[in-house]
Amino acid sequence: MSRKIAAIIFEIIVIAFFLVYLFPFFLIVMNSAKSAFNVSAFPMALPKNWGMIFKNMVSIWTNPNIAYPSSFLSSAIITVFSVAALNLLCSQAAWVLVRTKTRFSQLVFLMLVGAMVIPFQIIMFPLLSWFREITTVTGIGLLRTRFGMVFAYIGFGLSLTVFLFHGFIKGVPYELEEAATIDGSTKFGVFYRIVFPLLSPIHATVVVLNGMWIWNDYLLPLLVLGKGNRVQTIPLAVANFAGTYVKQWDLMLTAIVMAIIPIIIVFLIAQRYIIRGIVAGSIK
Amino acid sequence: MFALFFRRARDARSLLKGARPAGRRRVLKQDKSGKLVFWVFLTPVLFAFVMVMIIPFFLGVFYSFTDWSSSAGSGAGLKFVGLGNFTQSFQDPAFLFSFIITFVYTFINVLVLNITALILSLIATSRLRLRNLYRAGFFVPNLIGGLILGYIWQFIFNNAIPALGGFLANPENLVLRHPGTSILALVAVGTWQYAGYIMMIYVAAIEGVPQELYEAATIDGAKSFERFRYITVPMIAQAFTITLFLTLVNSFKQFDVNVSLTAGGPSTIFMGKPIYATELLALHIYNTAFTGDHLAMGQARAVVFFIVLVVISTIQVRASKKREIEA
Repeated sequence: MSRKIAAIIFEIIVIAFFLVYLFPFFLIVMNSAKSAFNVSAFPMALPKNWGMIFKNMVSIWTNPNIAYPSSFLSSAIITVFSVAALNLLCSQAAWVLVRTKTRFSQLVFLMLVGAMVIPFQIIMFPLLSWFREITTVTGIGLLRTRFGMVFAYIGFGLSLTVFLFHGFIKGVPYELEEAATIDGSTKFGVFYRIVFPLLSPIHATVVVLNGMWIWNDYLLPLLVLGKGNRVQTIPLAVANFAGTYVKQWDLMLTAIVMAIIPIIIVFLIAQRYIIRGIVAGSIK
Repeated sequence: MFALFFRRARDARSLLKGARPAGRRRVLKQDKSGKLVFWVFLTPVLFAFVMVMIIPFFLGVFYSFTDWSSSAGSGAGLKFVGLGNFTQSFQDPAFLFSFIITFVYTFINVLVLNITALILSLIATSRLRLRNLYRAGFFVPNLIGGLILGYIWQFIFNNAIPALGGFLANPENLVLRHPGTSILALVAVGTWQYAGYIMMIYVAAIEGVPQELYEAATIDGAKSFERFRYITVPMIAQAFTITLFLTLVNSFKQFDVNVSLTAGGPSTIFMGKPIYATELLALHIYNTAFTGDHLAMGQARAVVFFIVLVVISTIQVRASKKREIEA
């Protein structure tokens, strides 16, 4: 009997701890439904009128300083194209690197993977002047454009992505590819008809890891796009907004809530894949 | 992740030295279409790699020995200054303090983060009814970028906590007003940000422990703490290697939360000079380069940052290798 009581007490403690752990989210949602005065005067009080949250959301949606719709669009475009390109290009590269056992391919793999220890900080300043140089010579705009962002993300993401695909493809039986070759398939056909569909578990992992990183990244957009320019991502827009509206927490918190909503929606839909992808990516 | 990568790198290196693996795996290489596919598939990745990583990396190392500034562009007018940027950096109190504070932050954060994550993982693998809800819930902060988490907590520390009244309501006692508590605030947010992620790694490890061990220990009369200490902990030792390394490197590179939570503040005095009290290295490098246009100086400090990270990685890999042999 006393054991049962102990178990119940333990469960109550855990629930309390869980609620405290996630309280910050409740706090910001609650304060998004208040006026500026009530946010600063009574941040811990429940809002009088929850409908206020929609009013605040509309004012964020239409605020030119945060430019939520266009920032959201840019974030989505940059994330989708970077992730798609990384999946496509890196799975191809990893496949030929696994299946071609030459000194050259070994060396290329070593170099790609070895580059994972290079921190972004040592690359970021020269990258800017180098991108500027490329633009002057070729006329292709890399700074302040979505294209430049996607290109940079391919460059920074490829080490880990090739590494993950490489590890997975090593476990794919070569006999399947041999059989397809004997049946007259071309090399392209072997990859796209046989190998590519077999890679779906690792594709999911890579999409999750790269997607979360790119969507939330702040430093690279800050450098390549610049705060307050025409093309903004969500984190950049929030930071810019925070700089402009220093103490206006009512709008700031609503902006934060609106930045979080898309992530939570994706998480609720794809929770299983996200958790599995995170674990697979970290243990590899 | 990195431990495995180095192991792979070792394998690959031994392959390089030894004989080439012959036989059917070379089929792809032998015919012409195979060679074409090899280059068609590899070139885009190599191109992006060289353009985004390799060239800027070597440019960066080169610039750290020059008087590079944004007005100098990337080519003409650069003056070679030898180790000047490095010697000056190590005489700059702000850089030295940033170095020290980054190590302090990293040490405390790794400790607090791993203990928290371990507790969360025990909750998530317990027999509690809502364990799956807990697992998903604890993970949620990790989905959101550090920048936004930092703003949320800035609101909590500056507005919500003082609203509780009493001692906390005094503006003198604001958490982000004092150097010591500001660092602890960074640790709190850094832990909140990553604990759910590290928890997932522990959960995967704990679920891999065979149930028979616990059953046998229970029959032998082991209490729950003894089961944890003598079965769970040794059985998930491999996970510790991964989590220690991940938390170490991630703490050392912390930038986003630093920007939005404290922005380096408050100020303090170090070696007789006023400096930022919570400016971690990543933020310090950024600020050095862009305030006052000391790009070359910032770049030199980035090179030091890189070297420290390589040393940490090497030590970690050595340690994990040693443990693998012992195990």
